[in-house]
Amino acid sequence: MADRNASMQMFRVDARPTWCPGCGDYTVLASLQKAVANLGLQPEEVVLSTGIGCSGKLSQHFGSYGFHGLHGRSLPIAQGVQLANPRLTVIAAGGDGDGYGIGLGHFLHALRRNVNITYIVMDNNIYGLTTGQTSPTSAKGFKSKTSPHGAAENPIRPLYLALSQGASFVAQAFSGDVKEMTEIFEAAIRHKGFSLVNSFSPCVTFNKVNTYDWFKDHLVKLSERPDYRPESHLEALSYIDQFGGLVTGIIFQQEGRRAYHEENLGGEEIMPFDSPVKMSNEEREKILSYYY
Amino acid sequence: MERTWKVGGEQGEGIDSTGEILAKVLNRTGHYIFAYRSFMSLIKGGHTYYKIRIRDRPVHYHGDQLDILLAFDQLTIEMNWSELHDGSLIIYDDSKKGITPKEDKRLALAPIPLTHMAKELGNEIVKNMVACGASAAAMDLSLTTFEPVIEELFAKKGEKVVELNRQALRKGFEYYRENFRERFPLPPRGNKKLALVSGNEMTGLGALLGGCRFLAAYPITPATEIMYWMLRFLPNYGGRVVQAEDEIAACIMAIGANYAGVRAATSTSGPGFSLMQEAIGLAGMTETPLVIIDVQRGGPGTGLPTKTEQSDLNEMLYGSHGEIPRIVLIPSTIEESLHFTFHAFELAEKYQCPVIVGTDLYLGMSKKSSDSLDLSNYQVKRHSMVTQEELDRLEKGEYKRYNLGVENGISPRSIPGQRNGRYVALSNEHDEGDVEIEDPDLRRRMFDKRLRKLAGFDFGPESIEWIGEREGDLLLVCFGSPRVQLEEALDRLLREGRKAGLLILKVVKPFPAVRVKPYLERAKEVLVVENNGTGQLAQLLRQEVGHHDKIKSLLRYDGVPFTVQQIVDAVQGEKEALYHG
Ligand SMILES: Cc1ncc(C[n+]2csc(CCOP(=O)(O)OP(=O)(O)O)c2C)c(N)n1
Ligand code: SF4
Repeated sequence: MADRNASMQMFRVDARPTWCPGCGDYTVLASLQKAVANLGLQPEEVVLSTGIGCSGKLSQHFGSYGFHGLHGRSLPIAQGVQLANPRLTVIAAGGDGDGYGIGLGHFLHALRRNVNITYIVMDNNIYGLTTGQTSPTSAKGFKSKTSPHGAAENPIRPLYLALSQGASFVAQAFSGDVKEMTEIFEAAIRHKGFSLVNSFSPCVTFNKVNTYDWFKDHLVKLSERPDYRPESHLEALSYIDQFGGLVTGIIFQQEGRRAYHEENLGGEEIMPFDSPVKMSNEEREKILSYYY
Repeated sequence: MERTWKVGGEQGEGIDSTGEILAKVLNRTGHYIFAYRSFMSLIKGGHTYYKIRIRDRPVHYHGDQLDILLAFDQLTIEMNWSELHDGSLIIYDDSKKGITPKEDKRLALAPIPLTHMAKELGNEIVKNMVACGASAAAMDLSLTTFEPVIEELFAKKGEKVVELNRQALRKGFEYYRENFRERFPLPPRGNKKLALVSGNEMTGLGALLGGCRFLAAYPITPATEIMYWMLRFLPNYGGRVVQAEDEIAACIMAIGANYAGVRAATSTSGPGFSLMQEAIGLAGMTETPLVIIDVQRGGPGTGLPTKTEQSDLNEMLYGSHGEIPRIVLIPSTIEESLHFTFHAFELAEKYQCPVIVGTDLYLGMSKKSSDSLDLSNYQVKRHSMVTQEELDRLEKGEYKRYNLGVENGISPRSIPGQRNGRYVALSNEHDEGDVEIEDPDLRRRMFDKRLRKLAGFDFGPESIEWIGEREGDLLLVCFGSPRVQLEEALDRLLREGRKAGLLILKVVKPFPAVRVKPYLERAKEVLVVENNGTGQLAQLLRQEVGHHDKIKSLLRYDGVPFTVQQIVDAVQGEKEALYHG
């Protein structure tokens, strides 16, 4: 255990997070640090790519290599990194606006490629960093600065979306439950292929509806239903249907499917950065010979 | 001496393959050729043609005129009438009703029942081979030279198909020999082995030689061929190609792969390039290498997707939010597509910034015989990286990715996987490490550091090329593909005693003002020739070197490449009509 604390320490950085006290993102950070430590990973083996938003700051507070890029674009960065060097553990993270608004297209495509990435969406049902606008996961009728009369749209339902598009790992976590969240992150990182973890991470400053208490009252833990089987697609759909998407735990996991880098090129690695990028003269001539 | 041949018809009639076959045969037999395809953004229907110009020395342009026109339909005759001259030959299908060559030029006509003959052989599809055979006879080209090419092309479809094509070719050949007298002997051929290459292929090869091992792209004419090339070759070198969901993803995946230490690029054209603008800012800010190849086509919007234009210059120079260092390279020949793409990868890594290679449809999709492809000098080195030993010598957390202490502004980069090199590439303004900042003084210093990287940038003598009379009174200026017509126009002007020179700009950012200035100073008159409607290159010249009053523009923006004649006319008097700006 001492060992684990030491390695959790490795994933800490000195600068203090700038999140509001009580923000759900703190727990995501702590759970993720714990999860990678539990998995015995080294900081140089992990890349955390994030978008923009309060949630996007996760990479700055996490002691691995990181890329804090553009709004909605954490997944293309993560995929570039993962395909360039499949030996790295690649995690992408961001908010519900980031992932299901501007970045929705990237989400579906990373998912259908089954790129070996863990994607954590810190879902607070609102835009935090831009000070409280309606997000794609805000409930219909949700009042905010951009929907003073209540949101007119139906919310995006990320779990359905992921399941219907053939995701190989779908889970949901809650910032109010560090232990479960850590376990889910561990399983998601261990899963080979694309893993979605939608993580309810309350915004204590702007969202007065979807609070910790609200989630505690509504969420149903799959681990408390011992006969739940995450291998069954149908069961997964019927559960999230039954509970309006408000379940936590590993909802679906398909083992044994090849990840994208194994399909595209059969798993061979791209020439690593530290080996000389060279080509012999014979090889050069061989390429040219196609044109004679 | 030279010859020009063209086949035209409806898209889907095998125009392209007819052209390809003849181009291959001519190139293999040692003729210098240049092949240009004109096509429409349609799969079937619409006019299309394939033109080949054959010369006894290297040729970079498909030529103003036409000796032999192989017309599969009436439209081909009408559309290409202006290129025909007295003595030109039209070979046409007289089994089709409605093909009636006009008679106002002294043309030779060779009506051949192409479709009937093909049907007699058992398949209408081979009418293009019958026509090919007739063309060969008209050019006194021996049939045996076609054998290996036909074998290669049709072997996969079985011996029957090979034989059918052989027969069709022979039938056309014999029919022409028996019925028509006109002969258009080919220019003498050399004894050098020639490669037949396109700009897009050479861009791909330049990328491979430059160490590119990852390409993410989204299909778009005329850049898709680069993706095909990479799909074919990259896997042999441990590389990967991803068809991204859009250009935003493509460009950003390339940034991710570069961040992870693999040389990576994306290739696109106009609208796709616009989608990448946000990402260009990101690469600049995070100091991540990035290579973008923009094969320009007609814009704006989806504009003229299958026509050539050079109207993305301003976007290459200035596109994206904020201010970042960037390099923009513009090849002007098919061979240079290789050279500059190779260097793009070296420079991107060295300066840790976006490098844009701007080619265009004419360069990208045309093919030429090349006798000067020497690949032995392209060796890559790693640049601007911190080694594991250096990192090991530092205390934990001491490594500063965006170190301000570097005089040239280039702080050595660590790569995920390297111990003790941890950092976060940050799109927000940041300090030397990876902490977001808003402090005005630090912001200014970080900004200056980034811009300092290219302060003294000079690509060297190859930034520009100059041809002609040094003390000329007329200076022609261009970038990219119009150089090929300009070179020939200049040749004619010089032969006519005109004192003129041609300046070709190949690096447009950072602008090599010191190199360009003397040429503009010496010239009495400067004519900037470019394929766009607002004179973007002329504007750049005025901005970078002045001489506003001397600079005039010759612009063409109808999607069609310049002709040599048009340039000569513009210089020689019909100025009023053609000068703009
Ligand atoms: C292209 C672009 N559009 C808009 C923004 C402004 N912006 C920054 S964060 C954000 C929304 C963040 O919401 P969410 O992803 O839910 O994250 P949260 O702050 O709630 O954690 C927006 C719209 C931006 N940075 N870039
Ligand atoms: S605004 Fe909301 S999401 Fe952002 S840090 Fe504060 S509590 Fe967290």
